[in-house]
Amino acid sequence: MSRVGWIRLAVIGTAIGLLEISCRLGLIDHRVVIAPSEMVDALVQLLISGQANDQIARTFGIVTAAVLISIVLGFALGVVIHALPRLREALDPFFATYYAVPIFIFYPVMIAIFGLSAIPILLMGVATALVAMIIGTLNGLDRIPRILTKVARVHQMGKLSTALRLKLPAAAPHLFTGVKLAVSYSFIAVIASEFILAPAGLGRIISDAYTDFDNRRMYALMLLLIVVATLVNMTLHTLDQRWAARRGLVKSWS
Amino acid sequence: MTSTTLPDRQFHASLSGVTRIYPGAAGQQPVHALGPVDLDLRRGEFFAVVGPSGCGKTTLLEVLAGLQPATAGTVIFEGRPIANEVPEGIGVVFQEDASFAWLTVWDNAAFGLRRSGVSEAEVCRQVDDALSFMGLKDFTRAYPAQLSGGMRQRVCIARTLVLQPRFILLDEPFGALDAQTRLLMGDEVLRLWRRTDATVLLITHALDEATMLSDRIGAMSARPGRFLDIVETGWPRERDSTIVGEAQFGEITGRLWDTLRGESLKSVGTG
Repeated sequence: MSRVGWIRLAVIGTAIGLLEISCRLGLIDHRVVIAPSEMVDALVQLLISGQANDQIARTFGIVTAAVLISIVLGFALGVVIHALPRLREALDPFFATYYAVPIFIFYPVMIAIFGLSAIPILLMGVATALVAMIIGTLNGLDRIPRILTKVARVHQMGKLSTALRLKLPAAAPHLFTGVKLAVSYSFIAVIASEFILAPAGLGRIISDAYTDFDNRRMYALMLLLIVVATLVNMTLHTLDQRWAARRGLVKSWS
Repeated sequence: MTSTTLPDRQFHASLSGVTRIYPGAAGQQPVHALGPVDLDLRRGEFFAVVGPSGCGKTTLLEVLAGLQPATAGTVIFEGRPIANEVPEGIGVVFQEDASFAWLTVWDNAAFGLRRSGVSEAEVCRQVDDALSFMGLKDFTRAYPAQLSGGMRQRVCIARTLVLQPRFILLDEPFGALDAQTRLLMGDEVLRLWRRTDATVLLITHALDEATMLSDRIGAMSARPGRFLDIVETGWPRERDSTIVGEAQFGEITGRLWDTLRGESLKSVGTG
């Protein structure tokens, strides 16, 4: 592990250690926050009991579906918008301000239309992630070196072969940025939607545990979400770093 | 050193009355970039094109390669007309870095061969040979980003070389390199030319580079580019960068500059 990695680990370890000590010494009220070791114990017990397995599967299933739909649809829309410069010019202001608008205000509308089910949550996940993928696709397509088209012609490559073997790999780093953002945004949107109003799911049972003052259950589930989200993002980040290093692209966060 | 009257022999590629006019954008006049140009390239010769910036050198190369159509005139390669399509047997090395950032040096070099359906054993043999020839055998697993600009350009040359083109077009391939590296790369291109027996057309803005490398040099006018003079250098085929010290080198470069000075002034707007 690099020196920076060790420092990062030390910061996290220190924060957890301080929280543990504060909880054990009673500096932090047990009714407010439980000790990290207790969170881990509660999570292990919860997973062994299998009580939350359906909720976990449901939430991660919706997140996965939202991510996949966002990536496929966002890429397709990005390609179409890139091919139509006037449409792009018209849409650019919407893309630029999209994340300044709290699109969660549309969640009640989604529930009114589709009922209290997984569909409004899935749509919120897609709606939040889609534009990130479209923007990532547009950026990627913008940055394909024009020289590659000439190289393709010298190699007598057709349009499809050029797109798959040259343009797609050339655009890949920016597409991957869109993918990373789509994963994060979908995750946040799905959990938040479940937390606000949903028949089931991790967000819903965290909300229920909060309402019931069931701290052990609430923190166990929160820990699960943090661990999964961190692992997914770390995996994506590691892949991104590896590819960036190959291409000589310097990333500020190493 | 003489002005050439081409001998009556088979030409590898010919341009006859070739003109290229780019259509103007909305509200703008069309741009007459090139021509009319007539040129016959002998099989196996090294021909350089020099001229002021914006005179249509790259346009000439792209028309000759089939990368863009001529507005008028005909382009013949190996007896067949070229019509906006790159024929088999032509290899192009561009000025810009055209290496594939996502592939290793080895995979970059193998790219064209793999597409052509050659057996993997043959791909290995030819790629290893080309990379060794270009001095890249110790960098086969490196990615282009890990190499210098000159080495990346060598990767592109290797990628062209493995396809064994009979006509190699070089569009200012050393434009981004420092003077010493350019001299050394020039030696490598000469070695490549001797080994392949290909016809080479080099586009360059550097008179010394053109003089050192070429059998003949075409000096172009400011836009629209036309050949003002074609100089035969008379160098032996076995030559390298040491000829820059010869008196004849200075004479040829001086003659080219005499031809181009006025045109260069026109191109920068002071002529």
